[in-house]
Amino acid sequence: MDRDSGIERCGGSGRIIGRLGVFKMGRTLLDKVWEAHAVRELPNGQTQLFIGLHLVHEVTSPQAFQMLRERGLNVRYPDRTFATVDHIIPTDGAERPFADGMAEQMFVAIEDNLAGTGIPFFTRSGGRQGIVHVIGPELGLTQPGMTIACGDSHTSTHGAFGSIAFGIGTSQVRDVLATQTMAVGKPRCRRITVDGKLAAGVYAKDVILAIIGKLGVQGGAGYAYEYAGEVFDGMTMDERMTVCNMSIEGGARVGYVNPDATTYAYIAGREYAPAGNDLVKAGAWWGAMASDENAVYDDETALEGDLIPPMVTWGINPGQVVGVDSRIPSPADVHGPERQSIQEALDHMQLRAGGSITGIPIDVAFVGSCTNSRISDLREAARIVEGRRVPKKIKALAVPGSQRVKAEAEAEGLHEIFRSAGFEWREAGCSMCLAMNPDKLVSDQVCASSSNRNFKGRQGSPFGRTLLMSPAMVAAAAVAGEVVDVRSMIPVSG
Amino acid sequence: MTKEGIICSVTGTGIPVRGNDIDTDRIIPARYLREITFENLGPHAFEDDRKQLDGRHPFDDQRFSGGRVLVVNRNFGSGSSREHAPQALMRHGISAIVGESFAEIFLGNCTVIGIPCLTLPSELVESLQSLVEEAPETELSIDVSTGAISTGQATYQAEIPESIQQAFTTGAWDALATLLEADHEINDMHDGLPYFSGWKNH
Repeated sequence: MDRDSGIERCGGSGRIIGRLGVFKMGRTLLDKVWEAHAVRELPNGQTQLFIGLHLVHEVTSPQAFQMLRERGLNVRYPDRTFATVDHIIPTDGAERPFADGMAEQMFVAIEDNLAGTGIPFFTRSGGRQGIVHVIGPELGLTQPGMTIACGDSHTSTHGAFGSIAFGIGTSQVRDVLATQTMAVGKPRCRRITVDGKLAAGVYAKDVILAIIGKLGVQGGAGYAYEYAGEVFDGMTMDERMTVCNMSIEGGARVGYVNPDATTYAYIAGREYAPAGNDLVKAGAWWGAMASDENAVYDDETALEGDLIPPMVTWGINPGQVVGVDSRIPSPADVHGPERQSIQEALDHMQLRAGGSITGIPIDVAFVGSCTNSRISDLREAARIVEGRRVPKKIKALAVPGSQRVKAEAEAEGLHEIFRSAGFEWREAGCSMCLAMNPDKLVSDQVCASSSNRNFKGRQGSPFGRTLLMSPAMVAAAAVAGEVVDVRSMIPVSG
Repeated sequence: MTKEGIICSVTGTGIPVRGNDIDTDRIIPARYLREITFENLGPHAFEDDRKQLDGRHPFDDQRFSGGRVLVVNRNFGSGSSREHAPQALMRHGISAIVGESFAEIFLGNCTVIGIPCLTLPSELVESLQSLVEEAPETELSIDVSTGAISTGQATYQAEIPESIQQAFTTGAWDALATLLEADHEINDMHDGLPYFSGWKNH
């Protein structure tokens, strides 16, 4: 409690004591979810936080299960833990055993680790496999007001539903398996308001890239991001997931959108969603978890939606990003360590300071990843490539985020549109986002990518070059053979 | 130091790795995550950066060989939540990291495996990096309980968040034992949450 101002910021009972008496200060969704899941305060000031939903995949879990065995511990609530395989899985339809012996070994390890635990395991044979951040929402597992953890930094995706969702390391995966809790400090809360209306050809991906461009890749450290305003209110759940997914690229471990009618409509009817009278009760609880109108934030910032153009990264982190109609920055424009960062990025990307973003030739186009592999992403990309043709020298991949997304896309004929345009149509998986499977860049190829990270080496070649952009922009680059402004290719009728 | 796990100090020579926003893909490229243990990660730390620098990376520089204190710049460890990144550094021999700032998940992962991360303002980081480059044999002595880094000649006053400092000085940085203590409270929480109890009481 700050005695001078009379403001108490901790958890649930914040209030302002003023001359007019005592009135209750509003709370954020973060405050409410935290309070509902706080098992206890730990001696070091962190919270022992209960985790309502734990998602597990093959990369970050084997050592955690091993640690449990070494300590003689069991999985505490197997019914609150769900597993799939996404990172290592080949997307070319290869059957097991995989050609990559290490990938096969990891698959065997997760099968062995899950055997007898009662943890549901979504694999291809069951038809519900996919990228963990695509299938959680798709199956109705992800719900408002929950705490969610997964050994994967893009767990922030699930915040789109008004949950507080953390990416965690393997030791914390162990902690959650063993206790369904983890030790974590409560983040501060920054509200990012984007009002107005996005122009045609501007997507959720552009909004989050613009936010990271403004606040920087470390701007969110120590914060949860609450995305608010007309632009997020008007977004579909797929779009909100794209935004929340990249919170971590802005340094914020957690990002969320308050739940609303769009959220409830998405969840209703899904496999693990409450139904009937339970859904009514759930809806009331979810609604009560949303931030109060008079909630108090530790920080606030705003962007104007109308002014956001299609965004493209030019460097080696997602904050090195400009509008497609802007110029690549020059080290001479800045001072201090920033200058070195720009130079390092330009050297790696083999780009010229002050050059234009449009016209950069590409070698590979990738539509996919936990950021942009949902049905609406595939529809937007297909809309651009329909009736056009990818030049022969370009490798273009369309990789659905889950088996269900793939089936839905195929029912709409999207796979035929992609194939006719010269794209490869793949099985669900993480694919070329991170090069843990056969889909990789080689040498210094340039990839127009709908994924989330343009780090050096991220897509599998130490010299590979990644340009992050929306799926529609990737599609446009694929057919043009170079980066172009997708707004010039959008059908006027919309 | 009676209790197991207590880390009050780290002493050793330094390794300066310069650059802002060095992400976890650079610390350990994803292809080395195709493993079911952490044991083999050490030799692959910074592998792609080292290849690109063709022997000139500090991890390949004989002057810094055996260094235990990594000295880095801003936003070190950004990106992925892979614990493989601090595990690779630890298995290479790193016992503490000093830098201008750290990405949040990386910092947490370092803490739970027993690597203290301390922060200094950028000009002091630069100064420490230069000192290590000029006199690589310098022993850095880190007092985790106060944040003081002594070089013999000078003392750098670094910061470490109180909760993390306490975790090291009480030996509680591996949280699992503490978490397990709250057995009843965990049960109560489980039974009370509406989405576990089938919305019965709501």
